[in-house]
Amino acid sequence: MTKVSFQLTVNGRVREASVPPRMLLSDFIRHELAMPGTHVGCEHGVCGSCNVMLDGKAVRSCLMFAIQAEGSEITTVEGLATGDDLHPIQQAFWEEHGLQCGFCTPGMLATAQELLAENSDPTDDEIREAISGNLCRCTGYEFVISAIRSASVKLRAAQAETTLQPV
Amino acid sequence: MSNHLKSNVIPPSRQREAPRAGMTWIGQSMKRVEDPRILSGKGGYIDDIAVPGMAHAAMVSSPHAHARIVSIDTSKAEKLPGVIGVYTGEDMARVVDPCPSFASPPITQNAMSVGKVRHVGEVVAAVVAEDRYVAEDAAELVEMEWDILPACVDLEASAAATGEAVLHPDDRDGNVALDESFSFGDVDEHFDEAHTIVKRRLRWRRSSAQAIETCGVVAQFDPFKGGYTIHSNSNFYNFIPFVIGGSLRVSPGELRIIPVLTGGSFGSKVFSHKIIILTAGLARLAGVPVKYIEDRLEHFTNSDSHGSDRLYDAELAVTEDGTFTSLRFTVMDDYGAYLQFGVGTHGNAMAQVTGPYQIQSFGMRVMAVLTNKTQQGPYRGFGSEVTNWVMERMVDAAAEELGRDPVELRVQNMIQPDQFPYMIPTGNIYDSGNFQKVLSEAQTMFDFDGWRDKARAMRAEGRCVGVGLATCMERSVYGPTEWWSLNNKETPGFTLTSTPEGITVRLDPSGKMFVTLNSPMVGNSPETVVAQILAERLTIAPEDIVFNYSDSQSGFNGVGPQGSRFTAMIAGACVSASIKLEEKLKRFGAHMLQRRPEDVELRNGTVAVKGLKDQEKPFGEIALTSSFFRLSFPDGEEFDSGIETTAVYDHPLSTDPAEDRSHLGIFYPIVGHICHIVAVEVDAGTGKVEILDYAAVHDNGTMVNPRTLAGQVWGGTANGIGTTLSEVFNYDDEGQFTNPNFAEFAMPTANEMPRNFKLGHVETPSPFTEYGIKGGGEGGRLGAPSALTSAIEDALSDRGVKITSLPVTPPILRGLIRTAEQTAAE
Repeated sequence: MTKVSFQLTVNGRVREASVPPRMLLSDFIRHELAMPGTHVGCEHGVCGSCNVMLDGKAVRSCLMFAIQAEGSEITTVEGLATGDDLHPIQQAFWEEHGLQCGFCTPGMLATAQELLAENSDPTDDEIREAISGNLCRCTGYEFVISAIRSASVKLRAAQAETTLQPV
Repeated sequence: MSNHLKSNVIPPSRQREAPRAGMTWIGQSMKRVEDPRILSGKGGYIDDIAVPGMAHAAMVSSPHAHARIVSIDTSKAEKLPGVIGVYTGEDMARVVDPCPSFASPPITQNAMSVGKVRHVGEVVAAVVAEDRYVAEDAAELVEMEWDILPACVDLEASAAATGEAVLHPDDRDGNVALDESFSFGDVDEHFDEAHTIVKRRLRWRRSSAQAIETCGVVAQFDPFKGGYTIHSNSNFYNFIPFVIGGSLRVSPGELRIIPVLTGGSFGSKVFSHKIIILTAGLARLAGVPVKYIEDRLEHFTNSDSHGSDRLYDAELAVTEDGTFTSLRFTVMDDYGAYLQFGVGTHGNAMAQVTGPYQIQSFGMRVMAVLTNKTQQGPYRGFGSEVTNWVMERMVDAAAEELGRDPVELRVQNMIQPDQFPYMIPTGNIYDSGNFQKVLSEAQTMFDFDGWRDKARAMRAEGRCVGVGLATCMERSVYGPTEWWSLNNKETPGFTLTSTPEGITVRLDPSGKMFVTLNSPMVGNSPETVVAQILAERLTIAPEDIVFNYSDSQSGFNGVGPQGSRFTAMIAGACVSASIKLEEKLKRFGAHMLQRRPEDVELRNGTVAVKGLKDQEKPFGEIALTSSFFRLSFPDGEEFDSGIETTAVYDHPLSTDPAEDRSHLGIFYPIVGHICHIVAVEVDAGTGKVEILDYAAVHDNGTMVNPRTLAGQVWGGTANGIGTTLSEVFNYDDEGQFTNPNFAEFAMPTANEMPRNFKLGHVETPSPFTEYGIKGGGEGGRLGAPSALTSAIEDALSDRGVKITSLPVTPPILRGLIRTAEQTAAE
């Protein structure tokens, strides 16, 4: 099958790729880029496990072709931690027991990033609404909600610290 | 005690570690050991596995529920570039035998159908190709001709079907695969003497776990290098792999099954033998390693993990003062097209069929009916979630018929705290409990009386608000007689009585402790639990423990996470290993300290002289010396190099079923108890149920990690809410499965969960397990359906709506309300 060449940025690194036009973005990330942290649960856009951050929005990578991501910036779960340090949202999921089997978690983390970028202090109902497009069969969601609430506190504290730094 | 139970003697306790106050690690909500790698995307699930030269499989699935295969033409598919091979059931039969069947006598099932299909989604051919896209293209090109047979969809109709509608004419004359009757105690006498006999026909419809990860396998075959190497997300790969080897026609020495992190199971990945056999057979036929990951549709239609689908005609015998004396029912269960695990789900239900009540006798007729649907497999509760609901429905019905308060009637019949261990009519025992305390804590937490008044007042204003309460059992630590005890006693099959769990612990010369587990992580917390228990028992820090998972050749005895057994069983293995390791550490350490072993003790990760502060050797130093300085110790095998041990823990308390099946023995004795209370409002116009308030109190004995246990309760409750309000598999008259996708099979999202869920725990330690731990993996789903059903019925009590079937989706509930309105108008 004819391949199409394109360029995009994944986790801060520019990637050149040449793939068949029908290849899903989820398969491209998982198998072509060998980043298996993005998970595929239903491949029909319902479960949200495959969510990645694309140009600042959480999107279903199973509902896009890889070539549609041409020129965009993608962050996957592999791009969240800094060195040995988990991202504050990951840290909050750990502390609050916001995961069990962990399969839906990368998608939840993407959705949480999008929410907290837009709303730094969400109410529980706003969190609930935001993650209502991410299915989890293990947790019953309660500790996912606690984790995102706790992450918002961590991120605001980090923000305040940065703001208070003397110039 | 009833005469029929006299021969069932309770063995003495084998508990070595009694529960105690003030433990350092057990009882702490420690953060999970497993999480950092999972959170960073490095978990390593089945689809993350890639081996050199790996090809991909796609399946050709039956579009018909029941049909003969007239012909399969694979020629067009084979010609597609990138295709390595296309294989039919007859090709597969050249390299593999039928799947293991635990039904006795067996019902034959092939991993790929031969000659005939029996449900929509059954695999009839497979393509192996260079990539999955090409494999799926080629699968579309396979041409089939069919001879359609009559489809059996309805449970009762299928039971009566004959001729071409019989699914397995070679194995059974009709579609009733098993029909057995039991009487435990004086059932007839109790019913003859009853003041009131409460009767209900109750229906529980099928759904399934639908973990977010589907099942998958990566299989390699090399006849010159070890045979099959298989990666699988099965939860049960290390106890009877030779059974899979039997189907693959290899010895266990030619079969290596490697576990992976598993993306949720809830029972659905117990064994998963069919997909292993299917993929392994393809790897052998194609001569290349093959990966096959089910897509969501295949997981719905061909993963053999559908839940119970039952029709009960139940009767409860009650005396004039409201005492329950006997329960009996006839149950028909729609098992689908095959019977992989026999009627294990009914065997399971015998563990707690009479609930938390003192009921003296119990009788049952069980019929396993085959239909043209995907077959059943385990789903959180494994059949006991249904009998819990039946029991609680019968108690609510009795309260209504007797004009009694449903809670008062429960309290009157409950087993008292001084009656444990309590033997129920089937022979199983409840080891311990305090049901009254669980109930009263739940009522207080919920403000039960306040809510009942409030609901009454709201109903008076025309709102449909109600409160429901359920008191249910949560059996844990299963014994395997449940798989066969209800089989015909002339043909019981393989009468297994073992469910061991093993562990290997090695102290590295660096001081780190290396632990090898024999059961995979499926979303439970095996590493965390083991870290907490070994840290407690051996006085070490949890962060000094490193985890590994054995494969089926390096491992030893792991039955895995199922039947709420893993925590209690691995705790037993940890204690056994700790006893052996402590002895070795003391022997080596005492020698290094120039003391006798009886003069030293374990203290904060050292072997230390009793009563002396500075006389101690750290574990690391002992391990280092024992590993590398053999000449520092005396001759003799007791000083063989290194500190390591393997330990196996067997079921803590079980007995055989009586030969005449007058009782079933003790097989599921470590019982938890749960009380769920919920307030709901029903929108009478749409049938939608909103949960206004929810409280759950669980007693799971000694808690190892309260936070992870809470996670299990939450998750199980979410499953139970789905089971009650939204989840059901729909089949049309032709046997088409009409909603096998996440858009139409409605699992709860965060929006459907209660806003203010209150969770409490009572701790009644088991006298039979180490530290008094009980299992807690299924409780939410064992309690939520009963409480919610009662609440909905209460909310609609003024309209006379009765709930006798689950689920009650909005359209179903709206239909019940409409019918009640029409009846009232007439």
